[in-house]
Amino acid sequence: MIEWLSHLQLPHEKTIMILRGDILLIGYGNPGRLDDGLGPAFASAAEKLGLKHVAVESCYQLAVEHAEMVSRHDVVVFVDADIGGPEPFHFRRLEPKVDADFSTHRMMPETILGLAHNLFGATTIGYSLGIRGYQFDDFGESISSQARTNLNAAFEFLETALQSTGHEVC
Amino acid sequence: MVTTKDKTRRIVISPVTRVEGHGKVSILLDEENNVQQARLHIVEFRGFERFIQGRPYWEMPVAVQRLCGICPVSHHLCAAKAVDRLVGGEQLTPTAEKMRRLMHYGQIFQSHVLHFFHLCSPDLLFGFDADPKIRNVIGVAAKYPDLAKQGIFMRKYGQEVIRLTAGKKIHGTGAIPGGINKNLSIEERDELLADLDQMIAWSLGAVKIARDYTMDHIEIAKLFGSFESNHLSIVRGDGAMDLYDGGLRAIDRDGKKIFDQVDNQDYLSYIAEEVRDWSYMKFPFIKSIGPENGWYRVGPLARINTCDFIDTPEAESARKEFMAVTQGKPNHMTLAYHWARMIEVLHAIEKIAELLHDPDLQGTDLVVRGDRRDEGVGILEAPRGTLFHHYRINKDDQVTMCNLIVSTTSNNEPMNRAVQRVAQDHLSGKPEISEAMLNHVEVAIRAYDPCLSCATHAMGQMPLSVILVDANGEIIDEKTKQ
Repeated sequence: MIEWLSHLQLPHEKTIMILRGDILLIGYGNPGRLDDGLGPAFASAAEKLGLKHVAVESCYQLAVEHAEMVSRHDVVVFVDADIGGPEPFHFRRLEPKVDADFSTHRMMPETILGLAHNLFGATTIGYSLGIRGYQFDDFGESISSQARTNLNAAFEFLETALQSTGHEVC
Repeated sequence: MVTTKDKTRRIVISPVTRVEGHGKVSILLDEENNVQQARLHIVEFRGFERFIQGRPYWEMPVAVQRLCGICPVSHHLCAAKAVDRLVGGEQLTPTAEKMRRLMHYGQIFQSHVLHFFHLCSPDLLFGFDADPKIRNVIGVAAKYPDLAKQGIFMRKYGQEVIRLTAGKKIHGTGAIPGGINKNLSIEERDELLADLDQMIAWSLGAVKIARDYTMDHIEIAKLFGSFESNHLSIVRGDGAMDLYDGGLRAIDRDGKKIFDQVDNQDYLSYIAEEVRDWSYMKFPFIKSIGPENGWYRVGPLARINTCDFIDTPEAESARKEFMAVTQGKPNHMTLAYHWARMIEVLHAIEKIAELLHDPDLQGTDLVVRGDRRDEGVGILEAPRGTLFHHYRINKDDQVTMCNLIVSTTSNNEPMNRAVQRVAQDHLSGKPEISEAMLNHVEVAIRAYDPCLSCATHAMGQMPLSVILVDANGEIIDEKTKQ
C-alpha cells in the first residue's frame, strides 16, 4: 500500500490530495462534440503512462455501474470537461451523495461515489478534475487550442502528483 | 402549465425522465380539465442519414455507432449486415456469425437489464405515485440493495460479452464487412463461463419479478395505456424467435399473419413511413393497410407475440406462461412489455450459454467475400425492436443513400396512443394535476424503453412545430423552429 499526502497549490484553491493504494481515473465525455472530449483525451494520455496501480476508464457518460468499479479502488478521480469553471482546470474533493435525481444520460460523480459507499460498502476517496473547455455546440473530434492548453496543464498536474507517489512508469 | 386565452390549458412534461435521450409531452386540457389531446414530441434531431452520404461504405459499421451511446452494438451489427450484402459476404462463416450473435445477445442482455433494474424498477417497486425523491435508482439502492447490485452485475456481464466480442464496451470494431475481426479465445470464453450460472439464476429471478408484478396488477395492466395493435418482428424460418436474423413477420390484433418471411431486401414493398408536422420522428406503417390502421408495435412485447416459439427451454417455458394470460392471442398490455423484456433477458443468457459451449467460436475462418452489390439492407431485432439499415453506394464505394428505421420510430404511434390513453384515464376531470399523475404518462412511455436520441430524422427535412389547439380544433398559437 502506497500512502502519500501532499499540499498542492492549485490555480484557484488549496486542496489536500490524498493518493493511496489503487487509483482509478475516469475520463468521460463525448469525443464527437469538440471540447466535450477533454475527459476521454485525458484518459487516453493517462493510459499511455502505464502507471502501475492506476486504472484508467474512458466512457461517454457516467452510469450506475461505475459505482461497482469505483468501489474496487482506494481513490477515484473523475475527469470531465468544465463548461464554465476556472482556467485551466479545477481540482476538488468530492463528498458522496445518494439523494440526487437520476437520469441515465446525466449521473453526477458525487452520486457514483455515494452508491459505491452505500451499496458496496466502499471507503473510496473521490476527486473531480474539471478541465475548462469552450466549444461544445458543434460536431467534430478536435479539441480547441485553448482547451488543449488547459488539458496539458491538468495532465501535467496530475502526472506529477501520481508519479510523486512512487508509481513507476512501465 | 400554461393557461390560454380561451381557458384551455397546456401541460408540458419536459424532459421526459428515465428514457434514453430527450422527449417532450404536451397535453391539452379544456375548461373542465378534460384531456383534449396528448402527444409525445421528439425534440432532438439526428441527421445521420445526411452526414453519412459521401463516406466509404466500409466505415458504416463503426460510424453509425455514433448515433447513440446506449445501443451502439445494435447499429454496429445492423450496418454490418447491410454492408455484408454490399461485399457479397452475407453467408458468414460459422465463427463470424456466432461471434456476432454472441455480441448481439450480450447487448440485448445488458440493455434490457439496464432498463428493468435501473429505469423502470422504481415505478414497479415504489408505485407510480410514490415520492419522486425515492422513485429512482438511488431509492432502489437504498431499499433493495441486493436487487440494485444484481442489476449492476448483470449489466456488467453483458458489457463484458460485448468487450470480448467487439473489442470495446462502447463503439467496438468487431464486425467488419463479410465477417468479424476476432474469435473468442479459450481464456476469454472461460472468463465468461465463470459467472454464467449466476447470470442464469438472476435472469430467472428477474422473469419472476416481472411476472409477479404483472399478475398481481393484472386488472391495472389490462387497462393502463393499453390498446389493440399490429405487431412486427423478424422470425426464423421455422417461426422461432431470432433476434439476429430472419424474415419479417407482421400479425394483426388477433394474431392473424399480415405477411410472413419477407426478404429483408424487400422491406420497402411492405413498410412505408409517414411524416407528421409535429414530430421529428416518422410514423412507419404497413403499406397494405395504410397509415391510419397499419401502424404496429415492435420490441419485446411484439416479438413474444409474433414468434411461434422460443428455442431455449427456460425462456420458452416463460413464453408459454405469458401467452396463457391472453389465451394464446396477442398480448396488447403496455405494462406487459416489462415481463416480455425479462423473458428476452432469459433467452439471451441461454443463447450466450449455448454459444460459449460451441467450439466454432474458436475458429479462425473469419471473413468471406463475394460479388459486389450497390445496395444492401440489414435488419435485426435491437433491444427496443426491429432495426432497419439500408444503404446504396456508387462506383467509388461512397454511400449515396442511407435510410434507417430505428425501433423507437416504429413505436412512435403506439407511444402516442399510450400517452393519450393514460392522460385520458388518469388526468381527465381532475381539479389538480399532480406530479404523480404526470408520472403515469411517463410510465407508459418508459414501458417501450424508447431511445429518442436514435429516433429522429434528417436535419432540415422536418422543422419542429409547437401547436396549441383549443377545444374547437382552432390553432391559437404556433411556433416553428427550423
